[in-house]
Amino acid sequence: MTLHTRLKTAALAAGIALAALSLPAFTRQALADEQHFPLQSYRVGPYAAGGTGFFGGFIDYLNLINTRDGGVNGVKLTWSEAETQYEVERGVEAYERLKSHQGIAAWNPLSVGIAYAMIDRITADKVPLITINHGRTDSTDGRVFPYVFPLLLNPYSETSGIVNYIASKEGGLEKLKGKKIVVLYHGSPYGKETIPIYELLAQKYGFTLQQIEVPHPGNEQQSQWLTIRRAKPDYVVLRGWGVMNPVALKTAAKTGFPVDHIIGNVWSNSEEDVIPAGEAAKGYTAITTQASGADYPVVKEIVKTLYDQGKGNLEDKKRIGSVYHNLGIVNGILNVEAIRIAQAKFGKRTLTGDEVRWGFEHLQLDPARVEALGAKDLFHSINVTWDNHEGNGYVTFQQWDGTKWKVVSDWIAPDWALLRPIIEKSSEAYAAEKGIKLRTAADAEGVTN
Amino acid sequence: MTVAASETTASLLPASPLAPAVIKAAPLALLLVVAYGVIPFIGDSYLFEAILLPFLALSLAGVGLNLLTGYAGQVSLGSAAFMAVGAFAAYNFHLRVEGLPLAVAILLGGVSAAAIGLIFGLPSLRLRGFYLAVSTLAAQFFVQWVLTKFSWFSNQSASGVIDAPPLTLFGLTFEGGAGRYLFALVVVTVLTFLAARLVQSETGRNFIAVRDNETAARIIGIPVLRTKLLAFALSSFIIGVAGALWAFAYLRTVEPAGFNLDRSFQILFIVIIGGLASLRGAFFGAALIVVFPLILSRLGSLLLGDVFDSGVLDMTQRIVLGALIILFLILEPDGLVALWDRLRRRLQPGSRPA
Amino acid sequence: MADFDWSFFTEVLVGGLLSGVMYSLVAIGFVLIYKTSGVLNFAQGALLLFAALTFVSLVERGLPFALAFLVTFAAMVLIGVAIERTVLRPLTNKPPITLFMATLGLSYIIEGAAQLLWGTQVHGLDLGIEDLPFDVAGVFVSQFDLFAAATAALMVALLSAFFRYSRIGLGFRAVADDPFAALAIGLRLPFIWASVWAAAGLVALVAGLLWGARLGVQFSLSLVVLKALPVLVLGGFDSILGAIVGGLLIGASEKLAEVYLGDLVGGGIEGWFAYVVALAFLLIRPAGLFGQKLVERV
Repeated sequence: MTLHTRLKTAALAAGIALAALSLPAFTRQALADEQHFPLQSYRVGPYAAGGTGFFGGFIDYLNLINTRDGGVNGVKLTWSEAETQYEVERGVEAYERLKSHQGIAAWNPLSVGIAYAMIDRITADKVPLITINHGRTDSTDGRVFPYVFPLLLNPYSETSGIVNYIASKEGGLEKLKGKKIVVLYHGSPYGKETIPIYELLAQKYGFTLQQIEVPHPGNEQQSQWLTIRRAKPDYVVLRGWGVMNPVALKTAAKTGFPVDHIIGNVWSNSEEDVIPAGEAAKGYTAITTQASGADYPVVKEIVKTLYDQGKGNLEDKKRIGSVYHNLGIVNGILNVEAIRIAQAKFGKRTLTGDEVRWGFEHLQLDPARVEALGAKDLFHSINVTWDNHEGNGYVTFQQWDGTKWKVVSDWIAPDWALLRPIIEKSSEAYAAEKGIKLRTAADAEGVTN
Repeated sequence: MTVAASETTASLLPASPLAPAVIKAAPLALLLVVAYGVIPFIGDSYLFEAILLPFLALSLAGVGLNLLTGYAGQVSLGSAAFMAVGAFAAYNFHLRVEGLPLAVAILLGGVSAAAIGLIFGLPSLRLRGFYLAVSTLAAQFFVQWVLTKFSWFSNQSASGVIDAPPLTLFGLTFEGGAGRYLFALVVVTVLTFLAARLVQSETGRNFIAVRDNETAARIIGIPVLRTKLLAFALSSFIIGVAGALWAFAYLRTVEPAGFNLDRSFQILFIVIIGGLASLRGAFFGAALIVVFPLILSRLGSLLLGDVFDSGVLDMTQRIVLGALIILFLILEPDGLVALWDRLRRRLQPGSRPA
Repeated sequence: MADFDWSFFTEVLVGGLLSGVMYSLVAIGFVLIYKTSGVLNFAQGALLLFAALTFVSLVERGLPFALAFLVTFAAMVLIGVAIERTVLRPLTNKPPITLFMATLGLSYIIEGAAQLLWGTQVHGLDLGIEDLPFDVAGVFVSQFDLFAAATAALMVALLSAFFRYSRIGLGFRAVADDPFAALAIGLRLPFIWASVWAAAGLVALVAGLLWGARLGVQFSLSLVVLKALPVLVLGGFDSILGAIVGGLLIGASEKLAEVYLGDLVGGGIEGWFAYVVALAFLLIRPAGLFGQKLVERV
């Protein structure tokens, strides 16, 4: 290659590069009324299984609303995807890239790290950030975090729900006295988050507690499970993540701990967590906010309207109705209903982020409304208010029978009243550190355009 | 991208009869003028938040690692750990010492990173090559464990994530993308300048002597052990400050897991692809590492977005990125900086027209 | 200590030794490449993932076990040869650090290709070995771990025999001792390199299957290399025997440390403890257990 052609190639490459970067990709002007969902999805990398399921379910539901109802009251739902591989800086890049789109309803990153990096940014932009079943516990306090919504379940409620379930198996909270529970947690901020809450509950109900850490990624747990075997607990709570879950179940079997006395938390409850463990997972029970299975009317409609027409988002049809897919569908329902509620107040048009925020703060779906949406028994209910951004979600427990999850409990309520003061203490400390003025109910009613 | 582009314009200026020193300094001066005087006014938030801020933080980390690997010849896979030490130490100094200016806190963060770097540099006295490289991984895992384990470091935050304080320097507050960009730019300029002075000083020559031939260095009286440890400390200092920039100026939040092994590899890539033993190389390398994946993903979704889903596209990009890295290592093992110099020599007055 | 629980101690120790064998399995793959090409092949983890994913996907598509194994092995050989041709040969005589970076790039390619070909789903892998514990004088021992240890032993025996008695093996040793001398006497280096990569592919396949059966076949499989690196430091990058002994030492000491020391600092120390053990050891013996004295690369 002569220098001349080389230079020309270089110039061409630089030109293309600049053009590609400066292209306002995905920023089509909103032509008709439409509400947009920018998706920071992850379909590649270590957590791809969760990402494809969740974002698949979310997109499927948005698609169902468009195809079946022609949108929400005629307002079309649109979305664009940017891959993050679950990495924070890719999430930030995706946020900056997608945020200029017209009519953004809400952000749904399904990643604690990315959510944290976005809190300042979305608060400035006045657009809701939804962290269903995860995220920052104290963002439940809407007085301090006006735009963050850890819908259905925060980590503290999850802890309380699990302890209440164990109590129900033993025959009442007073029977917990003298029992021994081991919590096996992932060696990360996520894993450690519930340590003080388990300690609090142990004190309150009088059970003995031992919390054991598994170093990331958790592909070796021999020593932890030998310690557990020696401690002879009545239950083991698995607060795992990714590959740690199947390894825990396998090692439990290997060291002779009965699998039906292991209770998984909300990130240890999917098919991806048990299938690799094979036989060892049979009888394992885990908490969930949304039951799995494809028998719910809304899931059936998705199959009929989308998958039978070849328009479904999941590549593998066997995953329809899986835990992550159903979580995505429930997440879709909550987002769409928040828009619907906000539309009833502000009009049937493209809403601003702050108007959608108002919608989320009035997102009250009782069991009757949930049934009308075709999601009876898929999830229980939600009751978000301006200062309670979690919305008191109920939990249920499912047992793995070797091929599918089976619900084995009623809907259980966590002890919200016990947890609220702890959450407020943390959020008020945050507000003091950042100089945030606590919001009032009147502030929450005010909406900027 | 803009930085590279402006440098191109600089060297394309017509030849002038000025003294060679001025000609040599002119592109740099122009670059600084553009970086300080033009970009803050014309850039949009995407340019700052998604491109320039990560570029600056990673460039600085690259400069730091280049001191150690490029000049002193010691390979480290623990850079991300030193970044983490810098970020978390700066956060704690700022939080716990009343009235301490942020600049001092960041500086102390760098000093803490230097101290930790010194400790994990001790094996370099006995180990070389991959043995040393792998043992620096001990830093990688140990630091992450400590920061996660003891929530004191994250001010007892329930989820172990820290929030960045507002950026202030000499009473000025740097807000928004452009403000934080300027803050990072000042820090990077100052430290790069100091690093450039360092490599031309006797210490810098000692580094190179130790790298090229340790025994010979010893014979001519260079204190080899002290030189190696000094390289570890200075390099970790700069990397630590880069970590503070990454957390405070770029992401505005950070959890220990953000400084993982992949980040260490990324910084090593920056140094190798940019060019070993060249401070400019770190900037070239960082530009490539930050911008290239973005271009790939834009082009991918632009050209093929309708045909494939984003998962397939991203995996293809991963393959292309890996292939390009290998191709680059084969075609230009001395790094982007060598390519750049060759290009420039051809364009210099006196050589045949391009 | 009068009430020291010896049977528990033995259990932890045995468990640790058996885990150590699993680390050794991965480490051997590194050793083979390092011995001939002088490069720390970071793509070994990706190769392991690729092998396990290919195998499990073939089995799920209805191929019998043996055939799937053969097809995957053939694929691994092809990949090995391709890597040698397209990556390592053009990079001959480049500094080892450049080679190392190239293998990092390679791991991107292989991981991407594996997931592009077979998808990102998590698979279970059942090798048909019951993983229930059996009781040896009050100490629980895992059948699966014993099986893995036996497999590792068999593989090491085969590799040793191969390198001791076959022509390629002799060539391999000649190259490992002195590549220039080997070249001078007319050995076909590329052929030897390619066979070594094929052998490393086989190791990756076996390790991938055993680890895959333990963890499930998924992306995180490639992270097991992090468990192998301290083993390499301890045992020496260029010694198969070192990889075995190092694996046992690391496995046993990290488990004992986690159980007995972990309580003092709050646990979860396994991740870095192995590196500290390796490091402490190296400060006494810089070339590792069985490594060659002169390690002045990079």
